[in-house]
Amino acid sequence: MAVPILKQSQYLIATIQSALSDEDLLVLQAALVEKVGKFRSRGVIVDVTALDVLDSFASRTLRDIAHIIRLRGAETVIVGVQPEVAFAMVQLGITLEKVSTALDLEEGLAYLDQKLQHARAAP
Amino acid sequence: MTTPWETQLKSLIQTEPARSPAATTALLRELVEHLRQHRTELREEWARRITEAKVLTAMSDAEIFAEATSVYDNYVAALETGTFEALQTYSRNLSERIIPRGVETHEVIGIVLLLRDVLARSLFAKYQSDFQLLNRILDAYEPAANRIANTVAVGFVQERERIIREQQEAIRELSTPVLQVRERLLILPIIGVIDPQRARQLTEQLLRGIRANRARVVVIDITGVAAMDSHVANHLVQTVEASRLLGATVIVTGLSPEIAQTLVKIGVDLGKMNTVGDLQGGIEEAERLLGYKVVPSEAPALISGIRDET
Repeated sequence: MAVPILKQSQYLIATIQSALSDEDLLVLQAALVEKVGKFRSRGVIVDVTALDVLDSFASRTLRDIAHIIRLRGAETVIVGVQPEVAFAMVQLGITLEKVSTALDLEEGLAYLDQKLQHARAAP
Repeated sequence: MTTPWETQLKSLIQTEPARSPAATTALLRELVEHLRQHRTELREEWARRITEAKVLTAMSDAEIFAEATSVYDNYVAALETGTFEALQTYSRNLSERIIPRGVETHEVIGIVLLLRDVLARSLFAKYQSDFQLLNRILDAYEPAANRIANTVAVGFVQERERIIREQQEAIRELSTPVLQVRERLLILPIIGVIDPQRARQLTEQLLRGIRANRARVVVIDITGVAAMDSHVANHLVQTVEASRLLGATVIVTGLSPEIAQTLVKIGVDLGKMNTVGDLQGGIEEAERLLGYKVVPSEAPALISGIRDET
């Protein structure tokens, strides 16, 4: 099942609606990487609220997405990880290091806004 | 060359199969009779041995003697009837009374074994002339005596385990509150022993709390945790990481010097953990992260007593 990617001003929002196969994940990755360039986005939010399981491939892909997007000049935030999912992931040793996370979409947007403000203020 | 001892031993082996339940019962009856007759001196002898062995130091001599009397009577009754229910009940009862006073398992087993020895000695003395009869008496006495010792010891240990279980439940029921002290700021004070089960419960509550209160920063205060092993420490690290996946930063406060040293010694990687000395420092750091600034208002108006007078 394809993941809809919405453009919201400077950001892209990908809301995962149901469990994804490995291929779906790679499609999502390719689509995000492409659209970041196309829309000149500054930030990407991947919403995983609907997922009640995040296996190692999915976690690795999310991490890869974040790193690739960073190389493309934007920030990625993973939002909506469920408490049970979070704990299961940590127990499996998947901690999404160096990937930003936020509680939900609203928090993710706030985080990106803050990040961009800092980026603008810095130079 | 055969010594008298060997002859006796041989005859004993020959008489061995002659042991029948009826004979055992008769012997036990004789035994009980003997114990009833010499109740006073055997009881005193036993109490004396208990004092001598310096067990039951938590109890006074009079108490020891009173308990010794009832144990003795129960003991004889159990020998006589061959049923142990009454003794079981009594020993549980006794355990209930003496455990809170700090009586140890080895003491209880010690005194029961002392009684067994005292009674066996009296049997030796009584039947010293007739070795075969002594042997048969002991055959009847020993299994019963061992079973009594067993019953009392098991009763005591069971009682002790029951108390431990109750206490564990009590500890588990001591809730571990997740408190919101400011918008987006939670504190989780942990007090007492953390076992794997409680650690799991804590984590679940915290993660739920983060979601429910939309927390950005969590301060986990472990001032009240006396000791921590590698298992619990790793669990703490996992909790911190899981919280981060929910988008919350965790600050751990109140690591005691001992725990800090233990953690370093067992090599738990605390690099990912944000630690601050005490709860106050943790809350201040959390406020800083959240962009709060605490400024004292002009007059400290609410010191008790002052306001009423003005």
